[in-house]
Amino acid sequence: MNESLSQIFIATLLTNNFVLAMFLGLCPFLGVSGRLGTALPMGIATTFVMLVASLCAYGLNLLLSAFHLDFLRLISYIVVIASSVQLVEMVMKKYSPALFRALGIYLPLITTNCAVLGVALFQTARDYDFAQSLTFSLGGGAGFTLALVLMASLRERLQLANVPTLVQGTALSLILAGLLSLTFMGFAGLGGGE
Amino acid sequence: MSLKKEPDEGITFDTFMEGVWRQNPVFVMVLGMCPTLAVTVSAVNAVSMGVATLFVLVSSCLLVSLIRNLVPKEVRIATYIVIIATFVTLVDYIIQAVSLSLYEALGAFIQLIVVNCIILGRAEAHASKNPPLKAVINAMGMGIGFTIGLLALGATREILGAGKLFGFSLFGEHFQPWVVMVLPPGGFFVLGGWLLLFSFMRSRSEKGAAHE
Repeated sequence: MNESLSQIFIATLLTNNFVLAMFLGLCPFLGVSGRLGTALPMGIATTFVMLVASLCAYGLNLLLSAFHLDFLRLISYIVVIASSVQLVEMVMKKYSPALFRALGIYLPLITTNCAVLGVALFQTARDYDFAQSLTFSLGGGAGFTLALVLMASLRERLQLANVPTLVQGTALSLILAGLLSLTFMGFAGLGGGE
Repeated sequence: MSLKKEPDEGITFDTFMEGVWRQNPVFVMVLGMCPTLAVTVSAVNAVSMGVATLFVLVSSCLLVSLIRNLVPKEVRIATYIVIIATFVTLVDYIIQAVSLSLYEALGAFIQLIVVNCIILGRAEAHASKNPPLKAVINAMGMGIGFTIGLLALGATREILGAGKLFGFSLFGEHFQPWVVMVLPPGGFFVLGGWLLLFSFMRSRSEKGAAHE
C-alpha cells in the first residue's frame, strides 16, 4: 500500500520485470523478438494499451466494488482490454498507417497478452491507488519493452553465430531468456522494495 | 493401445491423441507459456494448474461448439473470450473454496488462464468448426497434454530445486538444493532443456528411419 512511486517503477522495470521475473507476456516475447525493428514499436504499442487498460480497470474496479459485483471483474477487464486494443488499432490506422502496417497481426494479438491483463489484475490485488496504478502500468510497459529490445538485439547477434542445428529454434531462445532473467536477478534489492 | 473408432462422426483416436502427443501444447507448439513457466515451481502447483486449464478448455470448447452456428463471424473472438472468462471466474471461485493455500500459491495466474493462447486457439481452430462431441474429445486431449507438460516441468524443477517430489523429500537431508531452478531463470532453463531433449529424440528417430 505505502510503496512510493519510484519504488514501484523500479520494481516493475527491473527487479520484478514482467517478462523475465513474472513470466507475463511470453508469447509476444518469444514471437516478436526476432528483429529489433519490430520489437520496439511492439513494446511501445503494448505499453500504451497497458496504460489505457490500467486506467479503465481502475475506474471499473471502483464501479464494481460500489455495486458489489466483484465476480464480474475478470469479464469486464477482458472486454475493456479488447476494446482498448481496438481503439489503439483505429487511432493508429488513421494517424500512422505505416506503423499500423508494420505491426500487422501483432496488434490485435495484444488482447491476449498476459502482461496487459496482468497489470489490471495485479493492481487490483495490491490495492494500488490512482497514481500507483499509473506508475505500475508505465513501469510494466517500459520493462516489457526493455526485455523485448534486449532479447531482439541478442537474437540478431545470434543469427551470425554458429549454433548446432539441434539447439536452434525455441530451445535456444528459452535458454537465452533464462540467461537474461539470471542477469535481471542481479537487480534484486534495488529501489528498496520487497 | 486400443484404437477407438467412431466413423460416423469422424472421431478417431487421433482426435484425442493429437493434443497429448503429436501436437502437445507445451513441447511441440510452445503455447501458453506464461502459466507454464510461472506456476511450475512444484509438481502440486503444476498439476492443479493443468487440471484448472483442462476444465476451462473442455467446458468452453463444448459451449463454443454448441453455439458455433449462432455466432456472427465478426464478433466470434469477443464471444469466445467472454465464454472463457466466465468459466475462468467459475474455476477461480471453486479453487478459492476448495483450498485457500493453493489459491494463494497460484495467485493471479488462475485468472490469467483467460489469456492462455491454447484455449482461444482451440476454440477458434477446432471447436468452432466441429460437432460438440469431437470438440470435447479434442479439447480433453489438449488439456491432458498440457497437464503432462506442466507436470514434467514442475517435477523437474521441484526435484532439482528443492530435492522433493509432491512435497516428499527424495534425497535425505544432506541434499544441497539447486535453488536457481525454482527461481524464474530456472523455468526458462528447464523448458529449454526439455525442448532440447525432444528435438534430440526427434533427430535420432529421423536418422533411424533414414537408415532403414
